[in-house]
Amino acid sequence: MHELSICYGLMDQVERIAAEQRAVKVVEIVLRIGPLSGVEPQLLAHAFPVAAAGGIAEDAELVIEDMPLRVYCEACDAESEAAPNRLLCGHCGGFYTRVVSGDEMLLARLELEREEEAAIGGSNNTTEDTENTEKTA
Amino acid sequence: MCDTCGCNVTDGNRHLLQEGGELARTRGGRDAVEVLEGLLSANDHQAAHNRDHFAAHGVLAINLMSSPGSGKTSLLEATIEALGDELKIGVIEGDLETENDAKRIRDKGAPAVQIATGSACHLDAHMVHHALHELSLDGLDILFVENVGNLVCPASFDLGQHFNVALLSVTEGDDKPAKYPVMFRSTDLVLLTKSDLLAVLDDFEPAKAEQAVRNLANPAPIFTLSARKGEGMAAWLDWLRDEVARHKTALAAEQTTPIDPNHVHDQRHHHP
Ligand SMILES: Nc1nc2c(ncn2[C@@H]2O[C@H](COP(=O)(O)OP(=O)(O)OP(=O)(O)O)[C@@H](O)[C@H]2O)c(=O)[nH]1
Ligand SMILES: [Mg+2]
Ligand SMILES: [Zn+2]
Ligand SMILES: [Zn+2]
Repeated sequence: MHELSICYGLMDQVERIAAEQRAVKVVEIVLRIGPLSGVEPQLLAHAFPVAAAGGIAEDAELVIEDMPLRVYCEACDAESEAAPNRLLCGHCGGFYTRVVSGDEMLLARLELEREEEAAIGGSNNTTEDTENTEKTA
Repeated sequence: MCDTCGCNVTDGNRHLLQEGGELARTRGGRDAVEVLEGLLSANDHQAAHNRDHFAAHGVLAINLMSSPGSGKTSLLEATIEALGDELKIGVIEGDLETENDAKRIRDKGAPAVQIATGSACHLDAHMVHHALHELSLDGLDILFVENVGNLVCPASFDLGQHFNVALLSVTEGDDKPAKYPVMFRSTDLVLLTKSDLLAVLDDFEPAKAEQAVRNLANPAPIFTLSARKGEGMAAWLDWLRDEVARHKTALAAEQTTPIDPNHVHDQRHHHP
């Protein structure tokens, strides 16, 4: 079960980005996972609360977007859909193909609450200028 | 770290970079930040660092992966016996608990470091790096990393190796590549092991195993061998000789910079 260690790594990434963005809270974490990434989305979702406990993303919602599996064939100069155990060209059946989508394991997007927003109860003000505010993350 | 080097931008996701811009405002008044960073970026950076270690010593690193008991350690024992006078071999052994495999290698006269992974079902680049500081690479031609016996987890973690070699013993069934595509699509060489047992196993057809690998769009060579009886070992040993020679030629052409032994490591490492 490597999903838990991947989740701990994810938490490091999230904490770092949240600090860079001066966020006080991570509301949503969006991942993109392909069927050839080697991680099981369900196991990842299961491991997430364990890894997130006590951190800035403790209450965040984890959203996992499945990526389609597509291959590119040099001979046909064309893309086609594929299955994890059949990565052949959908046009000529050849095996000199390359996966163009479906092996990714990405942190795609974070939804954050910044310091000022939190302080004034989630107002709509832009909060790019909080240079000297204390870090609470 | 990774947001600048672009190592996660693949053909499949490149368009996403252009779509929303880095920052987009969401309806609730919160900020959405586009990241597009690989979940294993810390591991991948460590793997690149490991590769620097290998390059600094001109050693070819090979990651051996298979199910538990497919014959990884037996293959290493036979390989060290056959090539011991010709090529200098070192081994990093990954195992859940014991020192047994490293001891088997040392008994054959090659240096070996055991990484006890505890409950972890795979090696990652940090664990290998840790072992690298315990095993002298000086004078080695080949460093084998015997991964934890597991066809799933090890496939996701780059260790800095130059080649992945996947073993499939004939007792496991010729449909394994179809069941574990992540492992078998990215391996550089497939070894069908324990071929001495083929005579008594009428349901394993090497041709079927090969077809399953080709279905994964993997053109890797496939050798059938028996570490115990020695049959088929020659093709494997020649492959090693060729790749070591090729690697040394490529390195000589590249002129790599040696890495500072006092370099700082700033990555944290979590493990369950
Ligand atoms: N018949 C036969 N048995 C073999 C051969 N190679 C290995 N074995 C046997 O298979 C069993 C497992 O071999 P190992 O070399 O320990 O396998 P391994 O992949 O290193 O195992 P783990 O490290 O535990 O995953 C042992 O009982 C070996 O004697 C072979 O070529 N032929
Ligand atoms: Mg072993
Ligand atoms: Zn084609
Ligand atoms: Zn180092």
